[in-house]
Amino acid sequence: MTRTTEARGWALLEAVPDPEIPVLSVVDLGIVRAVEESDDGRSVQVTLTPTYSGCPATEVIMRDVRTALQASYDTVDVRTQLSPAWTTDWLSDKGRERLHGFGIAPPSGRTTLPLIDAGGPASCPRCGSSKVEELAGFGSTPCKALWRCTTCREPFDYMKVH
Amino acid sequence: MVSATSELLPLADGCLILSHRLSEWMSNAPTMEEDIALGNIALDLLGQARGLLQVIGDETGVTEDELAYFREPQEFRNPLICELPNGDFAFTMARQLFVDIWLAHVWSELAATASDEQVRGVAEKAIKENAYHRRHSSSWVVRLGDGTDESRRRMETATEALWPYRGEIADDRWYDAVDAALTEATLTMPPRDAWTQRSSLDGWHTEHLGYLLAEMQSLARAHPGATW
Ligand SMILES: [Zn+2]
Repeated sequence: MTRTTEARGWALLEAVPDPEIPVLSVVDLGIVRAVEESDDGRSVQVTLTPTYSGCPATEVIMRDVRTALQASYDTVDVRTQLSPAWTTDWLSDKGRERLHGFGIAPPSGRTTLPLIDAGGPASCPRCGSSKVEELAGFGSTPCKALWRCTTCREPFDYMKVH
Repeated sequence: MVSATSELLPLADGCLILSHRLSEWMSNAPTMEEDIALGNIALDLLGQARGLLQVIGDETGVTEDELAYFREPQEFRNPLICELPNGDFAFTMARQLFVDIWLAHVWSELAATASDEQVRGVAEKAIKENAYHRRHSSSWVVRLGDGTDESRRRMETATEALWPYRGEIADDRWYDAVDAALTEATLTMPPRDAWTQRSSLDGWHTEHLGYLLAEMQSLARAHPGATW
């Protein structure tokens, strides 16, 4: 028998950062599907949904999650669940604020299928201006595009709607 | 149920081989932004290939690495178009658009109908990645086709050179989408009924695949069983 809402497990995961965007925890990122603890509280099973197909961070995240939980549980089982696929709609509100504070514009819309409206940042994360333009559709990691503010002239990352 | 292997192998191999081709542009693309874009697209395709090769491997009792690194050319089922050498940037972008359009249809179908949960998951994810790839390749095809005399000449040459290699990926929907994209680029699509190769389904490849595999597989074959 397992219980499905486990405050202790979730709290530990809140402290596991995304390796590429360390201001986000794996919980903020929205990749934790479930945390299930055994009745005696000694083992835990976590279900994660990876962000992107070829994201090199995925294996690091799985390792970091395991390590964090091993501090508090005797047995840790980390599973992946691909379907339904992760979407930026699952980013927490706190995560969006943190992204902005970190200099990355958060996704500006919600995912629509089959065609994606890549959207664009609502405003420059540095000066707040809404006068922004795309420089490149692909960026330093799978999640980002490169944009520029035409007011303060600074380039910045935009987390694409996905 | 049809064997997952026979259905999925052309798709998995197509993603793997095209990913390797695109990775050859690393540090050679016309601009740094293009280097990054092609790297990102290659990585997405590699991830998609891995997701499918794991499923195929589970069914046939081998690992994804054994499938990628220890098969011979005639055991690969990737569409021929994926293995063609990169040519110039126009050729790479026209090929990318042709393959992206094929993949868009295949992923949508799998996301809706695949009975295997992992295959469905890979497809659901790939639909979105593919949309960004297609946005990139189609914008380049328009920009070059409807560009200078020289860029237009190169895009026309690329389209003609690729045309005999569309056999495994072309159907009515594909032709309609390609026609629309080329029309937007002010280009004319070659005839639908023109002759085409389609021999990869029987394991017959161009001479280029052997050289590609020699490079892609060399590390794994020099150090069998090695892992990161
Ligand atoms: Zn600004």
